[in-house]
Amino acid sequence: MFYREAGDFKTSYGSDSQTFPIKFDRMRYYVVLVVAFGVVPFIINDYWANAVFVPFLIYAIAAIGLNILTGYCGQLSLGTGGFMAVGAYACYKLMTAFPEVSIVIHVLLAGGVTAGVGVLFGLPSLRIKGFYLAVATLAAQFFLVWLFNKVPWFYNNSASGQISAPERTVFGVEVTGANTDAWAKYMICLVFLVVLAWVARNLTRGTVGRSWMAIRDMDIAAEIIGVNPLKAKLTAFAVSSFFVGVAGALFFSVYLGAVEVGEAFGINKSFLVLFMIILGGLGSIFGSLAGAAFLVLLPVLLKNVLVGGLGWPTDLAAHLELMIVGALIIVFLIAEPHGMAQLWRIAKEKLRLWPFPH
Amino acid sequence: MNKMTSEGYTTADGRKIGGTLMEMKNITLRFGGVVAIKDISFDIHEGEIRAIIGPNGAGKSSMLNVISGFYVPSEGEVRFRGQKRPQMRPYQVAQQGIARTFQNIALFKGMSTLDNIMTGRITKMKSNMAQQALWWGAAQREEDEHREAVEKIIDFLEIQAIRKTPVGRLPYGLQKRVELGRALAAEPKLLLLDEPMAGMNVEEKEDMSRFILDVNDEFGTTIALIEHDMGVVMDLSDRVVVMDYGKKIGDGTPDEVRGNQEVIDAYLGVSHD
Ligand SMILES: Nc1ncnc2c1ncn2[C@@H]1O[C@H](COP(=O)(O)OP(=O)(O)OP(=O)(O)O)[C@@H](O)[C@H]1O
Ligand SMILES: [Mg+2]
Repeated sequence: MFYREAGDFKTSYGSDSQTFPIKFDRMRYYVVLVVAFGVVPFIINDYWANAVFVPFLIYAIAAIGLNILTGYCGQLSLGTGGFMAVGAYACYKLMTAFPEVSIVIHVLLAGGVTAGVGVLFGLPSLRIKGFYLAVATLAAQFFLVWLFNKVPWFYNNSASGQISAPERTVFGVEVTGANTDAWAKYMICLVFLVVLAWVARNLTRGTVGRSWMAIRDMDIAAEIIGVNPLKAKLTAFAVSSFFVGVAGALFFSVYLGAVEVGEAFGINKSFLVLFMIILGGLGSIFGSLAGAAFLVLLPVLLKNVLVGGLGWPTDLAAHLELMIVGALIIVFLIAEPHGMAQLWRIAKEKLRLWPFPH
Repeated sequence: MNKMTSEGYTTADGRKIGGTLMEMKNITLRFGGVVAIKDISFDIHEGEIRAIIGPNGAGKSSMLNVISGFYVPSEGEVRFRGQKRPQMRPYQVAQQGIARTFQNIALFKGMSTLDNIMTGRITKMKSNMAQQALWWGAAQREEDEHREAVEKIIDFLEIQAIRKTPVGRLPYGLQKRVELGRALAAEPKLLLLDEPMAGMNVEEKEDMSRFILDVNDEFGTTIALIEHDMGVVMDLSDRVVVMDYGKKIGDGTPDEVRGNQEVIDAYLGVSHD
């Protein structure tokens, strides 16, 4: 390992506060980007796109979103599934109402609509916190799913009660609908993730991010030194919900194609995304990605090894998955609340000093 | 706007003190049946170091909380820069140029020293969220400018080595120092310090005293501080308010206060310490 920072001196405050202050980290990051954009699209097939890459990219966006609210701003939400549904239904309504407008615009607008709904459901956070806020967001979760089931306008009165994505193209390439190529699905999700992760990184390292973290760490002191708690909390809800809404819109339009709200965006989704950020690391963008990757890969891996390799019944493998996730959550909450991101950081610190332990 | 309601004065060591910056008029603060502050009036002049002393539970911290807008007085008025201050939220008080530290350290534990002090400058940050999201123009420029100001504070407090350390990992004395840094970052008109030296050893107390004097001297910051160590109070402060059971029992220069019989009784007669 050539993991060294010696001789890598900073000569401006700008370069000291950049995302990857160590050259080696920066290099590795560029390599990942080159592979993600230059290699994967050419070798990806339907199985890998649908089982691993596309869900990973979409969940990563949702996880970053929830992490902004919960990990950075300290406001626990159990409504992620419901907010993803808002994104999905907003996207559907926009796609069917304005077929000539680009799907990219629709996905972004769906994020905007979700941000508005998120702010609305975030209002109670000005009065209540912790457990009580979690219960309020849980209520939002159930209310939203109920609403999308109940009101036919949301699913354009379709007989099945489902919504399904019409075919749409970006630069002439089909990205939604039944005939979409694996690489196209992958690519559009990748672009959204990369851009949004960069935005999240910018927000969390600047003024807004510090005001979120100040509210999280000590809300009374934060207000006394000048943080407007109303603004800090509601911007966290807005930005977080925007991300979650975009994830929901992509989940529906690009990934699933057709959606039944209770099944796709039920309470399980809320917990899945929450587990991603707990395992990956609260208050970390990288942790959000790590957690999403882990929880997308784990079932695929277990299925291939246990069901495919050892011939276990599928439901047994699924139960084992739940047990593993449950045990890991407990271990992480007790031993390493900052998740895999922190483990990675510690490993790097060790490597930095290796082979001299002091 | 900057009208002063009274003339300044000159201290024993020859420093010129300005007119009234803040005036507390007949402040009463009740919590249900408990009266934490009973009809207290006093003022703070521009540029002075004003101490508030008194036994435990006298109502000193409550008084600072009233000044910083965290408690709303049941009666009386707060006047700042010659004007009656309407009821406002603590963050609005901060925007007026009042910063503080806390009796029980209230740092942002998950953040580094640097980020804690940067957060102290929040009242000066102007770039909007869109600019920050794209890290463009104003946002980046502003970040660098404020970073420069914060680095000056870090140098001033001699905490360069712990710049990137999460504050939760720092020893108590250093945490107190970072908290002072966070308050200084706001470049306040009025700085409120609630027992800045509590729990420190002699050497740390000396450092802290020096910082407080330097802040007052170099930046002309007006300081109101609560302190139990009488030696420190006598050394640092220009004027002292003495409180006991929510009442004001003395107000004057350290020498005047020291000779006041009521004050002597409060400290010797009913020792709460
Ligand atoms: N939020 C509150 N609710 C109820 N009572 C309070 C509250 N804050 C303060 N008090 C009461 O007001 C009185 C004054 O408390 P305060 O903390 O101002 O004292 P203090 O002079 O700072 O004491 P110390 O030297 O111990 O810090 C105490 O009797 C305290 O119990
Ligand atoms: Mg006190």
